[in-house]
Amino acid sequence: MPGRRSVIGSYQAVADIAGQRFFSTTIPRHADITLTVDGKEVTVPQGTALIQACEAAGATVPRFCYHDRLAIAGNCRMCLVEVERSPKPVASCAMPAMPGSKVFTNTPLVHKAREGVMEFLLANHPLDCPICDQGGECDLQDQSMRYGSDRTRFHEITGKRATENKDLGPIVKTSMNRCIQCTRCVRFANDVAGVEDLGTTGRGNDLQIGMYIEKTMDSEMSGNIIDLCPVGALTSKPYAFQARPWELKKTESVDVLDAVGSNIRVDSRGVQVMRVQPKINDEINEEWINDKTRYAYDGLKYQRLTTPLVREGDKFVPATWEHAMESIRHGFLNSGARGDEIKAVAGALADTESLVALKDLINRMGSENLTTDTPLGHLPSPTGSEIRSNYLFNTSIETANEADAVLLIGTNPRHEAAILNTRFRKSYLQTGAEFALIGENFDSTFEYEHVGTSAKDVESFLGGKGKGAFGKIWKEAKKPLVIVGSGVIEGKEGAAVLKAVSKHMLDNSARFLAEGWNGFSVLQRAASRTAALDVGFTPSAAASKATPKFVYLLNADDIDPSTIPENAFVVYQGHHGDLGAQFADVCLPGAAYTEKATTWVNTEGRSQMGRTAVPPPGASREDWKILRALSEVVGEPLPYDDIYTLRERMWDVSPTLLRYDTLERPSAELVTAGLKQLSSASVSAGSATAFKKPISDFYRTDPISRASVTMAACSKAFTKKEYETTQVDDAIGGQASYA
Amino acid sequence: MRPATLLMRTPRTIPRSAPSLGVRARSLATVADPPVRRYGGLKDQDRIFTNLFCRHDHGIKGAQSRGDWHKTKEILLKGDSWIIQTMKDSGLRGRGGAGFPSGLKWSFMNKPGWEKDKRPRYLVVNADEGEPGTCKDREIMRGDPHKLVEGCLVAGRAMNATAAYIYIRGEFYQEAGHVQQAIDEAYKAGFIGKNACGSGYDFDVYLHRGAGAYICGEETALIESLEGKQGKPRLKPPFPADVGLFGCPSTVANVETIAVAPTIARRGGSWFAGFGRERNSGTKLFCVSGHVNNPCVVEEEMSIPLQELLEKHCGGIRGGWQNLKGIIPGGCSVPVIPRETCEQVLMDYDSLKDAQTSLGTGAVIVMDQTTDMISAIARFAKFYKHESCGQCTPCREGTTWMMNMMDRMVEGRAQEREIDMLLELTKQVEGHTICALGDAAAWPIQGLMRHFRPEVEQRIAQFHAKNGQVLFGGKLLSETDTRYAVPDNLGGDARRSIASPA
Repeated sequence: MPGRRSVIGSYQAVADIAGQRFFSTTIPRHADITLTVDGKEVTVPQGTALIQACEAAGATVPRFCYHDRLAIAGNCRMCLVEVERSPKPVASCAMPAMPGSKVFTNTPLVHKAREGVMEFLLANHPLDCPICDQGGECDLQDQSMRYGSDRTRFHEITGKRATENKDLGPIVKTSMNRCIQCTRCVRFANDVAGVEDLGTTGRGNDLQIGMYIEKTMDSEMSGNIIDLCPVGALTSKPYAFQARPWELKKTESVDVLDAVGSNIRVDSRGVQVMRVQPKINDEINEEWINDKTRYAYDGLKYQRLTTPLVREGDKFVPATWEHAMESIRHGFLNSGARGDEIKAVAGALADTESLVALKDLINRMGSENLTTDTPLGHLPSPTGSEIRSNYLFNTSIETANEADAVLLIGTNPRHEAAILNTRFRKSYLQTGAEFALIGENFDSTFEYEHVGTSAKDVESFLGGKGKGAFGKIWKEAKKPLVIVGSGVIEGKEGAAVLKAVSKHMLDNSARFLAEGWNGFSVLQRAASRTAALDVGFTPSAAASKATPKFVYLLNADDIDPSTIPENAFVVYQGHHGDLGAQFADVCLPGAAYTEKATTWVNTEGRSQMGRTAVPPPGASREDWKILRALSEVVGEPLPYDDIYTLRERMWDVSPTLLRYDTLERPSAELVTAGLKQLSSASVSAGSATAFKKPISDFYRTDPISRASVTMAACSKAFTKKEYETTQVDDAIGGQASYA
Repeated sequence: MRPATLLMRTPRTIPRSAPSLGVRARSLATVADPPVRRYGGLKDQDRIFTNLFCRHDHGIKGAQSRGDWHKTKEILLKGDSWIIQTMKDSGLRGRGGAGFPSGLKWSFMNKPGWEKDKRPRYLVVNADEGEPGTCKDREIMRGDPHKLVEGCLVAGRAMNATAAYIYIRGEFYQEAGHVQQAIDEAYKAGFIGKNACGSGYDFDVYLHRGAGAYICGEETALIESLEGKQGKPRLKPPFPADVGLFGCPSTVANVETIAVAPTIARRGGSWFAGFGRERNSGTKLFCVSGHVNNPCVVEEEMSIPLQELLEKHCGGIRGGWQNLKGIIPGGCSVPVIPRETCEQVLMDYDSLKDAQTSLGTGAVIVMDQTTDMISAIARFAKFYKHESCGQCTPCREGTTWMMNMMDRMVEGRAQEREIDMLLELTKQVEGHTICALGDAAAWPIQGLMRHFRPEVEQRIAQFHAKNGQVLFGGKLLSETDTRYAVPDNLGGDARRSIASPA
């Protein structure tokens, strides 16, 4: 359609059109420019790369090194296009779109240039597609079919280049002969992951990607370089030779191994999850996921509860559902539990549907004793559950990188929310954001100033006694941000810290609670915690004092054993035979997150729908159905028979639970009211006890990752630093002889 | 010296009107053409570099006795636009090879509103002279380092730079010593530093030694290297004049360009413009190497006929002019020209461009009949393979491939059709790379095939006669496994007759 005008923007602007953004925020609009691509007029914002302008005009430009979320390298030369009045073809990724220029992407000159580059790329690329894991999703394969020559001219007797493989650890498998030196992995490692030791060594044809010295790629984001690699040079070690992409069923879902709610695509074959890939969501995880999200999936195969278990003496005996339910009814009646003596404990992987069902059931049984398996989970949360902004990451993940000064209180975003950490790395590099930490030091991907360790330090820093350079930066910051870690809130000092922080917010509300900015954020680290507070899964003050006689553990695996009385009757519902199951009298097998379609609320308060990729194994069932069945057995039947009526009930509890994928920001009045509530809490002043990191081993935080072999290997390699670099070349044996 | 008549015949000596005479009344009856101007024979008083051979003191005393630092203050006080205008009037073009008009380039630093930009501004002097055959900058730095330092000041003033960085090739040990000595002396004498020469202008000069990579002579790679990174060319735009060294406006210039600036400023742009043909004005250092009786570096007028340059200063070709096989007139990155062309070309940008080669750095490499031209060009291909930075695909893969093919051509282990394929490869590299190294690697091979293709074909024919049919890629047909069919894309069944062995 000649003369058609299409308007595109940066990806932020695209997100804007999608209409999810708070209406009062404005985005800076750049002047638009108009140019012609293949005779088609297109209008793009100034500063857009030519390749994006070509895309906007509907012209596909092949590329290897260009990636819209990475810095521009311009080195593969595949994206050459012809620009009028330019004697040479132009690399469209590196050239800004100029107003009025005439660009051609489909001329003989361009075809020739692409074919030439393709020929050079293939000259030293081994012909091992049949045994290459990238086969079927290889940019080089696809583009050589489309843009390359139909036969080779490379027959040199000198043969092809051979490169030693690198051992980057238990996740990334390398086959460096296949490398086309696009440096995407290098740019990702340096700019996004913050691993500054991946780079290029040597020059000319001997250029190699590597660490220079033999070491692993110690990053929680390292799996992303596998996705980025346009060829099969970097492939996945756990997934090696497991499946071909065309065999896999792809299910778009949500990750639950941290509270970020990264969007994922679960690739399954039959009843098995074969791999987990990121799904693009610019508001949350962009295009990245962390290694736990990506590789804990093999934990779904081990240690599973596949049939109900009933304790007989000191061992579990497999039972039918009827038998298990009967055992629970007997156990419940024999325990004599009444009112608040009936206790429910929700764990980190409990989905929202089952939380609502469990709360309804326990309430119907006359108890308010709804707790979580956090250290002080048996007590009401210091954040309260009435006002959402008190426990949410109010500064959304998408806008977190707008903060110019960030104060981290008792949190290590690298381990508690690795995706958020990449946003901070971005703002650290691109806009020069400043960071400070009160809490335990950690190996960070940005520089921070350590301004204290305890609740007392929080009070003194926010009280204006901040020493060092950051104290001054903090006073002058235009968009300051305080992040209170979930470890702090769950600890003894939670209320004291929240009081100090909220007081500081209210005193400096002009900067912290400005139009379109909320500088108060709580960073949750477990997927179910926000939803638990949203549905009011928190004990009443009276209930928390009761000694339980009947304990219902819903995915509660981080529970402190001392909170379970010796003579109480314990039911465990969950998908793994992890810690919680050990205390149980009856185990009910539930479904893991890939096996049920449920709602998850992330730390921002954004509810998202996870989808069923594979069926639950064995006799295990979806969790809310188990609770529904149990309600019949204990004589308090729940009023919902299908997921739709359950969701209607959820709507009654909190409509935000069903407003999927949107972010609802509370009004300024509500935020202020919430902060006033926090600041008026009567608590003693913070002590000088140092905060502890809640996550000591990033790779083993929940039943799934604890059951995962890959995560165990990662933990050994990266947390314990006990990885022995093997010579990969020896193992594979003479790949270099392909030529 | 060649008889003058030969020179008179050269068709490319374009008549040039004398600028000072003004408009001459010319009636219909006037038949006399303006006199034919011949170039060359630079007089001693017009030489800029008077201590090229390091026969005199290279220190500040000697330099001042040769006129350096004479009234530099006055030049500085005349201001940036005066200096740039003088450079424009002089017609000086960059001496590093590309030949971009220097005055224009320097003026890019003074865009409207540049004063509001609070970033520092840098002049970067490219003293990473690594092109095989080129040895002019090292002579300047060894014998006339003060010209360079003074040039930095003058050029720096013209582009309102705050400091100059001289990036010198690591192998230039003595030269680095002399330049550092000159910088120290100039600081001590108050010529540079705070209030340079008493002009009220602050200017620093730093010397930085490279580590011996040819690619660091490319301007953006040089900037990267100076910043402490790997010497890999940057993408342009942005050009260094906008975002250069340490992200600040910068201009990279060749040593010779900078070193002639003070003399031009002192003697006037028209003096310099009086040498050489229009658009190719000035004097130039030529470095003649190879099969001449007296290889030398000499300052000569631009547009001097190549033959005259060799006869006059280098004692002619070894074994006489007829013994000449070919000349590479501008360093190893430009195409070779055969003897017949050598007799006609003038040593300037335009004439050599017309001969499908380039003035480059003015490094004349002379090769007589004893030279194996294929081997010589194959050596260049090896050089470029070795010096390619490996950043972009065509150069990284192309230089290696071209080297491998050239190595086979030396032996004759190729098929005739592979010559065309090699030429196609050079075209695939040329113009598709980030920097000019890809072009530089392609041109010598193109020059070889343009002028000496029969020699290559003959070499191939000889090899075939001795060893039988060669497949594409260099494998002998006799070495193939006869149990299997030879793929038809290997040229094994080629029935084409090729040139018979001589």
